[in-house]
Amino acid sequence: MQLWRAAFVIARRDFTAVVLSRTFILFLLGPLLPIVIGFAFGGLGEKISSTDLRPVVGVAMSAPDSATVLRAHDRLVARMGDQALPRLRRVSPTVSPRAQLARPDSEVVAILSGTLAHPVLTGKAGDLDILQGDISLLSTAALAERTLQFVTVTRNEVATSQGAQAQARLIIGRIAQVVMFFLTILLAGMILSNLVEEKTNKIIEILAAAVPIDAIFLGKLMAMLAMSFVGIAFWGGTAFAIFLLAGGQPTALPAPAIGWPIFLALAALYFAMAYTLLGSLFLGIGAQAATVREVQTLNMPITMGQMLIFFFASYAVDHMGSPAEIAACIFPFSSPFAMIARAAQDATLWPHLLALLWQAAFVAIIIRVGVLLFRRHVMQSGGRWWKTLFRPATG
Amino acid sequence: MIGDTPASSTAPAAARPSAYAVEGHGLVKTFGSFRAVDGVDIAVPAGAIYGVLGPNGAGKTTLLRTLLGIIDPDEGHRSLLGARQPLRMARQVGYLPEERGLYPSMKAYEAIAFMGALRGLPLRQGRERAKAMLEGHGMGAAIDKPIRQLSKGMAQTVQLFGTIVHQPRLIVLDEPFSGLDAINQEKLEALIREQARQGVTILFSTHVIAHAERLCERIAIVAGGRIRFEGTVSDARDRLRPQVRLRTRAIDGAWRRALPSDTVAQEGAWHFALPEGGIEPLLRALIDDRAGIESLSIERPGLHDAFVAIAGAAAARQMSDGEGQEEQEA
Repeated sequence: MQLWRAAFVIARRDFTAVVLSRTFILFLLGPLLPIVIGFAFGGLGEKISSTDLRPVVGVAMSAPDSATVLRAHDRLVARMGDQALPRLRRVSPTVSPRAQLARPDSEVVAILSGTLAHPVLTGKAGDLDILQGDISLLSTAALAERTLQFVTVTRNEVATSQGAQAQARLIIGRIAQVVMFFLTILLAGMILSNLVEEKTNKIIEILAAAVPIDAIFLGKLMAMLAMSFVGIAFWGGTAFAIFLLAGGQPTALPAPAIGWPIFLALAALYFAMAYTLLGSLFLGIGAQAATVREVQTLNMPITMGQMLIFFFASYAVDHMGSPAEIAACIFPFSSPFAMIARAAQDATLWPHLLALLWQAAFVAIIIRVGVLLFRRHVMQSGGRWWKTLFRPATG
Repeated sequence: MIGDTPASSTAPAAARPSAYAVEGHGLVKTFGSFRAVDGVDIAVPAGAIYGVLGPNGAGKTTLLRTLLGIIDPDEGHRSLLGARQPLRMARQVGYLPEERGLYPSMKAYEAIAFMGALRGLPLRQGRERAKAMLEGHGMGAAIDKPIRQLSKGMAQTVQLFGTIVHQPRLIVLDEPFSGLDAINQEKLEALIREQARQGVTILFSTHVIAHAERLCERIAIVAGGRIRFEGTVSDARDRLRPQVRLRTRAIDGAWRRALPSDTVAQEGAWHFALPEGGIEPLLRALIDDRAGIESLSIERPGLHDAFVAIAGAAAARQMSDGEGQEEQEA
């Protein structure tokens, strides 16, 4: 009890120090900036990508053939989208294509000449490789203008489709994994440098004399987790508000196998576990570092390790019930990611209770090892750390 | 000024009542091949002001950290307020480390309350006490200021208040006078005496002999990781015989044969330790030979002299006699 009370004192101090600082506003707004910028410049970006970047082919055929080709282009684009084909522009049929392409003010990358039955495309070899197929399709459609008929498909609707539901749940599992991974990678990394302040300001001596070091570690994890939940609530709330403002219907979303309420609760719990598992590891590693520079050096290899874990869990999501998926569920660091994907696809609840207990046990073990290494190497106290691994944390 | 009564909380079941607030037996702590604490036995009586005296690097801080449970000894055992596991008694202990540390962005009263909360004092109560302490000490204007805006002396005072805000039974201060100006040193001495009057045990380390001499009932002189002397200040001074200082009109005469063999001539006077047989034979010779006694004083040696005799001249040279050096530090 003394351990938890002391951890709470540390957590409260850390939480208020972070949340009541001005930089926390930046922390909250930071992830929203890409969204705002995306909205602000999205239209322009779309215009640039959809209009300007498509190649322009000059049509230098006779007037009737040119008109037929342009009509065929319009018909195909209406069905396939305007990104599917190059843009067309009429050019003078009297000047040779080579001469037109050689002009400094030429705006076309290739020129289509000849007749509908025998079209000729002039341009650089690389451009011809890209355009030849599209222009052949266009010419075929133009040639068949009068004979081409659209076949109407008869609709036969059903209420549910197991295949579609499974596909939707797989997507939910993937999205949940990705969101959890990015939140963890964004937020847990901050814990690496968490003890540096106490070490550089000599506060660690006061803390270590008053409370067990386990309580210091636990308190710091609790504070950072609480801070993360504040951030997630803010970002999640904002994203949901944008979704509603954009006309989104929450009821139209496909449901995960376990149902939305339990799924969201499990997502919160698994995030907490993923965060504390990695956080306790980071705290243990970061506590060994003497300076901020050392912490920064540690950042990259740790991020790579996280990526590996994520890839492992991502692989598992496509192979439910396979040895790889079971291994991902058991391995503590990938377990939260694998289990949330499982919750999206399988309604059984008990494996989640087991997984949460399993993950919590590993959090406790990692914290304990981190504490003992900290006492040994930083405080220069204690003997062989594994001998005191399971000793109560009373100092 | 500071609080009402110490030790408001009750001792845990693990603690056993003892006449000693702090005990250490056969304590050894090594860092690599360096023995910072080398077989120390120490017992601090409950309610005493106890000084650990020694030059820098003598092992004082390591000894205090070992006794407090911040680090574990390699050998030996310790007990704090009767508990073998010192952190069990954390609520009844206050500790001011040598290297002062506070969160720079914390407000002064919050820092004090936080330190109290670490030791089990409810935060609201800690805040109230902190404000009262700061106001009572003429630091009312600093209550809401972040630590980074305070002077070094004020920050040290804040930390000291944080050490005692939960009204501990035992206060451990590591070099508490270091960095304080003369006025704040006086205030700190008064505070230590006040706490002791309330029954609180004070254990502090210092390399300034004058503070130990003024404050302590008992001292331990530490050098090279070992305790060279343990007892009262009076006991330490009694280790040396009283010093005699004699000035005569006559420079020479038969009376000089009566001077002890350790006599040294210095600044026109004879200096020597009071002989085992007393001063009377020498006085008789001086009078018989008409040496003309201008002045004669018999002085009890100070703690500094005792320290030199106990710890050695080399250790004594690293020590500070009084306030001059501390003013420089401040």
